Formats: sequence, C-alpha cells, structure tokens
Amino acid sequence: MKDVKKYIFPVIFLILIGLSWLFDFASGEQIGLNFWMFFKEMILFLPLMFILIGLFDVWVPREKIEKHISKESGWKGTGLVILLATLQAGPLYSAFPFAYILWKKGCSIRNVFIYLGAFSTIKIPMLTFEIGFLGLKFSLLRTLITMPVFILIGYLMEWYLKDKDFEVKQP
Amino acid sequence: MGLLSIFTGLCIIVSLIVNRHKTWAGVKKGALMFFRLLPTLVLMLALVSIVLYLIPEEKLSEYMGAGSGIAGWMTAALFGSVALIPGFIAYPLCGILIKSGVAYSVIAVFITTLMMTGFLTLPLEARFFGWRVSIIRNIVSLAAALLIGLIMGFFL
Repeated sequence: MKDVKKYIFPVIFLILIGLSWLFDFASGEQIGLNFWMFFKEMILFLPLMFILIGLFDVWVPREKIEKHISKESGWKGTGLVILLATLQAGPLYSAFPFAYILWKKGCSIRNVFIYLGAFSTIKIPMLTFEIGFLGLKFSLLRTLITMPVFILIGYLMEWYLKDKDFEVKQP
Repeated sequence: MGLLSIFTGLCIIVSLIVNRHKTWAGVKKGALMFFRLLPTLVLMLALVSIVLYLIPEEKLSEYMGAGSGIAGWMTAALFGSVALIPGFIAYPLCGILIKSGVAYSVIAVFITTLMMTGFLTLPLEARFFGWRVSIIRNIVSLAAALLIGLIMGFFL
C-alpha cells in the first residue's frame, strides 16, 4: 500500500501535464516544459552517479576508510571530506546518496554534515563560475566566511543527534 | 556531464576486468537505489517546475532589485530557499542583479540559501535523513545564510 501511495502524486502530475498538451492549456504546457528541462538533466546524471556509488560500495571495504573519516579521525577526517566535496559537481540532492555511502562506510555524523555543507557551498567547478560573474574578492570572502559556518553546523548536528540513534537510511 | 560518463565507463570496464561478479552486484545495487528513489525525484521536480512557473526569473530580479535593506534580505532568503536553480543560471543572474544595484550582502544570502537549503528537495532529503533531521538541517542552514550575508555586508 505504501508503495502505491508513493506513485500516486507523480502519476497524477504526469497525467495533468499530458492533458494540458492535449487541450492546449498554456500554463500546464509551460510547467511541462520546465519539468522536462529538469528531468533531462537528472536522468542523464543521476543513474551514472548511482552506478559509481554501487561500485564504490562493493569495492571499498569499510575498514579501509573508516579510520580516516570516523569520529576518532579529528581534523584530518574533516579536511578529507571537505576536499572530497569540493572536487565534485552537481546539485545538492545528488550529494545525499554519497552522504549515505560515507555514513555506511563509518563516517561520523559531524563529517557527514560537514560534507553536505562543503558540497553545497564550495565546489571548485562552481567557484570558477562564481569568480567569473561576481569577482575573486566576493568569492574568496564568501568561501572564507562560509567554511567555519558549515563546520560549526557539523558540530551542532553531532551534538544534537549524539544520543538519538540517528542513522542515514538507504532509500 | 561528458566527463562523468567517461569516468563511469572506465570504472565499469576496470571493475569488469578485475571481477565480473562484483561489478554486476555493484551496478545492480546502484540501479536499484535509483529506481526506488525515482517516484520521489519526479515529485520533487514536479514541485520545482510548478514553482518556477509561478516565479519566473524576471520577477525574481525585479523583487530582489527593488527591495533593499531587510525586505531585500528576506526576499533573497525566501527565493533562495525555495528555488532550485542550477549554478550556470544562478551566477549570471547574480551578475545582472549586482549591476542593477542589489547589495553584495543580499547576493550572498541568495547564493548561500540557494545552495545550502532546498525546501522543495525536502521529500528527497527525508528519504535519507528522516523528516525531523532534514527540516532542522534546512532551518539551521537558513540561519547560517543570513549570518554569512551579515558578515559579508561588513566587508563589501
């Protein structure tokens, strides 16, 4: 039953878009075009990422990386997840599956959220764009101010979740 | 995009050469995760396309350009949290906004909320972290964005 419910809204949406095209309903057609634009981007990008995550999961044993990014890893672990995040590309929602796999391989709560923070704000491919349009000074300043802030968020989330049986679920 | 396809292709080939069995297991695992997430993804993209229709880009710059001070900040934070605009559209837009007189601090708030928070991606985020933690993360990030804008305002 829960599975059926999951599909109801997407299916209704797609039917409404289909009807809009059939009856020349302009607003619906525009929403459909927007949807197609995003869907195209996602459907090319995400399956590849999930395949990489699947391969990462079967090839990299937990023991190998746990000691580098776990609770005991200290600043080295934090530096490592930030470095990993800055080298990636894509929208925030593509970071969630990777956060899951890091967690599964023994990453600490703090480092999971620091990873999300770094991924969303200081990806290097995006920074080049930012410097181009807003200038080096803006970009440098924003990076320097943002970094301690998301590290702090990592500590805050860890403190809040430490005795709440938190886990990153496999979707 | 092209780079990612080449990289994924290479990984699969190398993995196949070393161990066919493991490769199959990994690819299957990834594909399974993707298909289980697909309905949530479609729902999220549907929400995004409806919101983007209701608030077109021109309107976005109009509202943020008009409101300076607190109003501009709130508009930037609100739009940034709700919108899901890819970087290659957002940065040129910010460039235009700066030229039309929007303060750097407002731009910083917009950019940071745009990147760190996503109220429309909440259904997806909740599949991984649960609703409560996802909502907390988004609210904390929103507050952080305002703080970052405030500090940026001192320097620029």
